[in-house]
Amino acid sequence: MNSKAKHKPKIGVFKFASCDGCQLSLLDAEDELLGIVAALDIAYFPEATRTMLKGPYDIGFVEGSVTTHQDAQRIQEVRRQCKTLITIGACATAGGIQALRNWKDVDEFVRVVYATPQFVSTLKLSTPIAEHVPVDFELRGCPINKYHLIELITATLAGRKPNIPTYSVCIECKRKANVCIAVARGIACLGPVTQAGCGALCPSYDRGCYGCYGPMETSNTASLTKQFRVLGQGDDQIVRAFRGFNAWSWQFRKASEDCEHK
Amino acid sequence: MTGRGARTIRVDTLARVEGEGSLYIKLVGDRVADVKLKIYEPPRLFEAFLRGRHFSEAPDITARICGICPVAYQMSAVHAIERALGIRIDPAIRLLRRLFYCGEWIESHSLHVYMLHAPDFLGYPDAIAMAADHRAVVERALRLKKIGNRIVQLLGGREIHPISATVGGFYRTPTKQQLSELVSDLEWALEASLETVRWTAALEFPNFEQDYEFVALRHPDEYPFNEGRLVSNRGLDIDAAEYEDHFVELHVKHSNALHSVVRGRGSYLVGPLARFNLNFDKLPEVARTVALEVGLRPPVKNLFRSIVVRAVELVFACAEALRTIHEYAPPAEPRAEAPNRTGVGQAITEAPRGILYHRYALDEKGLIITAKIVPPTSQNLRQIEEDLREYAARLVAWPTEEATWKCEQAVRSYDPCISCATHSLKVVVEREETGAD
Repeated sequence: MNSKAKHKPKIGVFKFASCDGCQLSLLDAEDELLGIVAALDIAYFPEATRTMLKGPYDIGFVEGSVTTHQDAQRIQEVRRQCKTLITIGACATAGGIQALRNWKDVDEFVRVVYATPQFVSTLKLSTPIAEHVPVDFELRGCPINKYHLIELITATLAGRKPNIPTYSVCIECKRKANVCIAVARGIACLGPVTQAGCGALCPSYDRGCYGCYGPMETSNTASLTKQFRVLGQGDDQIVRAFRGFNAWSWQFRKASEDCEHK
Repeated sequence: MTGRGARTIRVDTLARVEGEGSLYIKLVGDRVADVKLKIYEPPRLFEAFLRGRHFSEAPDITARICGICPVAYQMSAVHAIERALGIRIDPAIRLLRRLFYCGEWIESHSLHVYMLHAPDFLGYPDAIAMAADHRAVVERALRLKKIGNRIVQLLGGREIHPISATVGGFYRTPTKQQLSELVSDLEWALEASLETVRWTAALEFPNFEQDYEFVALRHPDEYPFNEGRLVSNRGLDIDAAEYEDHFVELHVKHSNALHSVVRGRGSYLVGPLARFNLNFDKLPEVARTVALEVGLRPPVKNLFRSIVVRAVELVFACAEALRTIHEYAPPAEPRAEAPNRTGVGQAITEAPRGILYHRYALDEKGLIITAKIVPPTSQNLRQIEEDLREYAARLVAWPTEEATWKCEQAVRSYDPCISCATHSLKVVVEREETGAD
């Protein structure tokens, strides 16, 4: 995938603990893929190519969270090799679903899954990349929106700020003229506190938002917690709602812990 | 190479697979001393944190095991939970789930056939380099992949981690008109899939046949997705509920993925080859005809030919998608009621890479007490290592670099998904040089 042309920015895609879905988003941009790769020098992207060139890289995309000692060291090296470091997705940005271990005894978790726990080496916490190294941009989502990724690459190449929304899913619902499922039908919905990006998918499919894009810029989780109670949600349900794919983001973390310890 | 020495074939980061692993093969003289498919992708411990979650969350959470085959996780989860709750689904929901799976198979198989596997046969590092010489082929791949994704998108809201599938059915079901809009694309995709079979069949295949135990679902009336008994060519014939009596997962030191074996026998093979060999008679005529046209008849025992079998399954998936759309009439309700109750339920469905087993035990509040998930790649891991042991022995006279690439190609024939298997792949071939070259 590499090109010898010198002016093309050199790209690396690095995976940590994750499902591969966010990097797959690039390959899922079927209409744009050949155009994108023509503008870039894909130097390291093991999911797509055997060619693996050494850094430094102009842009590094990091998918996944840090869950092992080796990965905690590897992210330091990745950071040193990348001029611009961009995290893609909820795992890299908020620890991912595997951050649910952060409230439990990880050794017990390992014993549940593996017969010989001493073969398994894992950290007590699943942590986002920014807890380890400075990150230049965090792209949200579980998974990310491929059009955000294309916008981010384009903006980075042009040297401008990417046009990625920081408002809530509610705005997307209003734009789509969805009837509010929380107000009209009493369905618990994380939309008011969740960053836009999916196109208000869940409400458009008659279900409450479950927070794939993590907390919006100024999320009022305390108010939403109250409203969830009005809708008849128990504390255990509210804790589970905030402990999803962005559970370790500080806003959702605080909301779930407030509810647990009230 | 004199063959007296010892050396290693090693690939530290195995490319064009989903997830992280390495391959390590140690050759001593003409003998393969050791083969390890090391899975170093970090464990994510899904079965542990599913405990205490509500059953309705399982399809969304388990989808996150794999960004390539989230539909498979959602289907095994909903079927296992429906069994635990004793729920019957509407025939229209059953039809939609088949269509949903067709979408994922088309997306996943076209990705693997063209972008992950074909470059090995043609000597390119990746599909992008391949596109420079075979632009039309890569464009065909991308369009096919996109059509598969369109189906998943329509039924599920988005192609990766869809949001509409739930216990009992879907949050929202499509109209007949929405599905009908897919027909012209699918008619093109069916033709493109037939071309894919002919194109892949013309590739060169190493002569490598093994005597496998093939394991796949078998349904009396159809090529399997969500239902059927689990059968093998060595007499296995069981219900999903009996799976754990017949298969056992072993934890080996070099791997964060568990190795699954058939109790009392050992390794086995799941995925396209197994499905094709055990269900050839259930393929639609268009798929059987093109398979026979290119000389593919069961049992196919050459691992490398799995690329052609995947292409035949692409034909099946397109034809089946067209059939389901034709037959579809929207259900009265998008989903059956799913009240909380205690129960245990198991299900096996056919992910693109092979059978995916889920079991859930639920308490009276509908919370998960225990969960067990056995993905296709952990079922194939032992067979991959055994194949490499046999295959590497034939490559001892080859230069290390070429032998390494051939071994990678063999591993990629399985379309391994390491993210799944750890709920991780990297290749190392070691040759200890004791004598002179």
